[in-house]
Amino acid sequence: MSQTETTSKRPSRFTVRVKRQDDPRSAPYFQAFELEYRPNLNVISILQMIAAKPVTTEGKQVAPVAWDCNCLEEVCGACTMVINGKVRQACSCLLDELLAPGRGASGEIVTLEPMSKFPVVRDLFVDRQRMFDNLLKIKAWVPIDGTHARGPGPRETQEAQEERYAISRCMTCGCCLEACPQFTKDNMFRGAQIMAQAMYFNRHDTGKQLKDQRLDVLMGEGGVHDCGNAQNCVKVCPKEIPLTEAIGRAGRQITVHAIKKFFNAGK
Amino acid sequence: MTQGKRVIVVGGGLAGLAATVRIAEAGTPVDLVSMVPVKRSHSVCAQGGINACNDVARQQGYSEWQHMDETLYGGDFLNHQPPVYEMTHWAPRIIDLLDRMGVPFNRTTEGFRDLRLFGGSLFKRTHFAGASTGQQLLYGLDEQVRRYEAEGKVTKYEFWEFLAPVMDEGVCRGIIAQDMRTMEIRSLPGAAVVMATGGCGLIYGKSTMSMICNGAAAARCYIAGAPLGNPEMIQVHPTAIPGEDKCRLMSESARGEGGRVWVPRKKGDTRDPRKIPEAERYYFLEEKYPKYGNLVPRDIATREIFWVCQEGLGIGGGNMVYLDITHLPRETKDKLAAILEIYETFTGDDPRETPMKIFPAVHYSMGGLYTVYTPEERPPVPGDPLPGVVGLKHGAPDNMMTPLKGLYAFGELNYQYHGATRLGANALLSCIFDGLFCGLSVHNYALEQPASSNSTAAFQQAAEKEKQKAQKLIDNQGEHNPYELHQRLGLEMTAAATVVKEESRMQQARESVRQMKQQYKSIKLADAGGWTNQNLMFARALGDMLPYAEAILAASIARKESRGSHYRSDYTQRVDDPFHKTTVVSYDSAADEPKIDWEDIPLPMVPLRARTYGKVEG
Ligand SMILES: Cc1cc2nc3c(=O)[nH]c(=O)nc-3n(C[C@H](O)[C@H](O)[C@H](O)COP(=O)(O)OP(=O)(O)OC[C@H]3O[C@@H](n4cnc5c(N)ncnc54)[C@H](O)[C@@H]3O)c2cc1C
Ligand code: SF4
Ligand code: SF4
Ligand code: FES
Repeated sequence: MSQTETTSKRPSRFTVRVKRQDDPRSAPYFQAFELEYRPNLNVISILQMIAAKPVTTEGKQVAPVAWDCNCLEEVCGACTMVINGKVRQACSCLLDELLAPGRGASGEIVTLEPMSKFPVVRDLFVDRQRMFDNLLKIKAWVPIDGTHARGPGPRETQEAQEERYAISRCMTCGCCLEACPQFTKDNMFRGAQIMAQAMYFNRHDTGKQLKDQRLDVLMGEGGVHDCGNAQNCVKVCPKEIPLTEAIGRAGRQITVHAIKKFFNAGK
Repeated sequence: MTQGKRVIVVGGGLAGLAATVRIAEAGTPVDLVSMVPVKRSHSVCAQGGINACNDVARQQGYSEWQHMDETLYGGDFLNHQPPVYEMTHWAPRIIDLLDRMGVPFNRTTEGFRDLRLFGGSLFKRTHFAGASTGQQLLYGLDEQVRRYEAEGKVTKYEFWEFLAPVMDEGVCRGIIAQDMRTMEIRSLPGAAVVMATGGCGLIYGKSTMSMICNGAAAARCYIAGAPLGNPEMIQVHPTAIPGEDKCRLMSESARGEGGRVWVPRKKGDTRDPRKIPEAERYYFLEEKYPKYGNLVPRDIATREIFWVCQEGLGIGGGNMVYLDITHLPRETKDKLAAILEIYETFTGDDPRETPMKIFPAVHYSMGGLYTVYTPEERPPVPGDPLPGVVGLKHGAPDNMMTPLKGLYAFGELNYQYHGATRLGANALLSCIFDGLFCGLSVHNYALEQPASSNSTAAFQQAAEKEKQKAQKLIDNQGEHNPYELHQRLGLEMTAAATVVKEESRMQQARESVRQMKQQYKSIKLADAGGWTNQNLMFARALGDMLPYAEAILAASIARKESRGSHYRSDYTQRVDDPFHKTTVVSYDSAADEPKIDWEDIPLPMVPLRARTYGKVEG
């Protein structure tokens, strides 16, 4: 659809409803803002417009909405939120797409909510430390000897590189976790992202030195066994990380690992 | 082991992470402070690649020396040579190290690292991981930092904002920082402080940079007494897609892989670009620069695009030209997938099928905090054509230290390496080089310092000052809106100090920035709260962007010549006498004005030559 085609059908104003929360302990509430339509707006520019003039539809001057973002090109993972009921990156979410015809009565309204699976810091800004802690837990690194000159790393086939590259684009955004029925605010489940990351490091020639330790974590509570295979995760991942394959591979590696452990224990 | 001593690294982009790895490895624990979780730093945006001499290029006659020469020629000789010598000679081992860390570099059929062509070179010397090289490199370093974190050698302060260095009797002993969630302001002691806070694109409103790249951290050091080097050297990238919130880059790799820039030969041609026959297309870069073609350095490509649009030859008479990759084979397009997706997401058009519409945007700051180093004379290595060369002394405590003792500047924030124009794929290299090579310098310097402690009066005073400053902003009951003020600053700077600069327009901009400083005194925040107050953080950063903007303007006015990215329509030639010099801008706190000094640039290896890139007139 070309720009001129779409603009002619556009409203001159539109309404944004934001789920707000003043701090981690207080109760959430909704506020609506009416804004002037311009072509090419994305959700970040909408939030910037609100920040510049935080006045609600009732004409009340309020504190600007807090949110998290950085790159504005869908690569840093910061700006994840729930937009019209769907978890996604705010920076790559264009208003024109939200207002697209056929969206029913709510077509002119944009609803922004924070992710529900992570503690809210304020408004749309949530705390995803749990994801980084999980990376620490599974030893998400290649154990190199040190930074001194040692020549190149292991040679790698194009196929192996492509497989790893597909996973290494994961930006820790958490969309997959928000969509996962097994992942809740208070359980231990680590989710699809971490399984894919473990497989990423296990696939590398030096990285696989720590394979058993990673599998021990994935075998334990919150690991692969807690995954219900609903595959919601893969449907929402903005980076198209091959999560289904990663979960499958993690399951297979764990089976082999468990058998090995069982026999070693008997020795 | 440095008993009880810690070092602070501010910024977790490539430079900050590389520094953290090296310093922790050497044995000094690191406190790593960053406004965003380090894995979300701006470096993730880098797309195209990282340069280094390699075996294939070497067999075709390339060398580290040649890489240095290209970097100096590209920078129009405003770069100091010893740091460039050292960086280019370290480049191959930096790539090897990243490779060992598991960075998924693209591979050849035989499993070697693949290479691509990039601007300013006739050799393939750019290593890449798809079209998201920066993301991959950042993650590789982030993973090593996490390993040290697990060992207790690194403590992260993420969502913490640096507010000021703490100076005690002329020596930097730590920083003041604020938790961006709880708003707690506290001091953090450190035997040394490494600033690695990146570029300053937000001073121009919209740029290709990320939202944290506001230059405020740099400005805070500048106000504390650390001078800026060459702040007038701002790179405008030729190929970006203008957007409401930012300009999104279309990486040089698109041209490196064979992408071509063109406009219709006929003014105001409104035909679908796919229907315009080859003969009616004007490939202006290829025609004017037959040797380098689409891969001339960025400042040159940017000006040519700008002029072509000024002549009315832009698409539909407007301010856009075509960047065309439609003719490339599928495998090549696949290598560019990450950037092609960005284009498709934000414009709705598929660049595989239809030429992209692009225009220049502010992209990189060659200038930044002024730093020093210890040169070292030594015999040449293969490829060096001189009997003696000058590099950097490894481990010398002052490498990349600002004139404020104990305060270092690494990465894009550091004014070194790139002179008046940075070549594509040299930034990632300089950032990592700063961290890895100069990390040892920081460790060695810290060894000589007394153990860190924040009990002195200097810490308390500095923290108190920042608390009062924040309170004052919150209490202010003026009429000016910080967002509106920022927007005006961006428009003014973009109009006055980007592709083509001219005296009277810049004087006008200086006057308006002066006015904005006055207006800033009466701004009013929309949020007076004490929890995650982003309004306060934005307004405070704006207050620091203003003096930085003044420094850019003052230096641009003072440099009455054209050199690299700094092009003046009123002084179109490079004038080596007297301008082959570093612009050193210090903050005069009494006058609240920038003060300019000139410093000679030694030429120990490569003599000055004219920078033409084989342009044919016509
Ligand atoms: C779109 C794009 C593409 C690019 N592509 C390439 C490429 O292909 N090749 C190449 O060589 N270069 C490229 N560059 C340039 C390169 O990406 C940057 O120069 C480089 O990443 C800068 O890294 P850095 O470590 O200096 O800082 P950054 O990555 O910018 O990180 C800055 C860090 O400082 C922190 N910080 C900032 N202010 C504060 C504060 N006040 N308090 C606390 N923390 C703070 C941030 O949180 C962040 O962690 C590109 C740039 C852009 C914009
Ligand atoms: S497959 Fe289902 S249960 Fe498993 S991680 Fe994905 S969404 Fe969660
Ligand atoms: S796997 Fe996908 S959805 Fe999950 S964190 Fe990574 S990029 Fe986000
Ligand atoms: S701001 Fe980085 S992913 Fe949206």
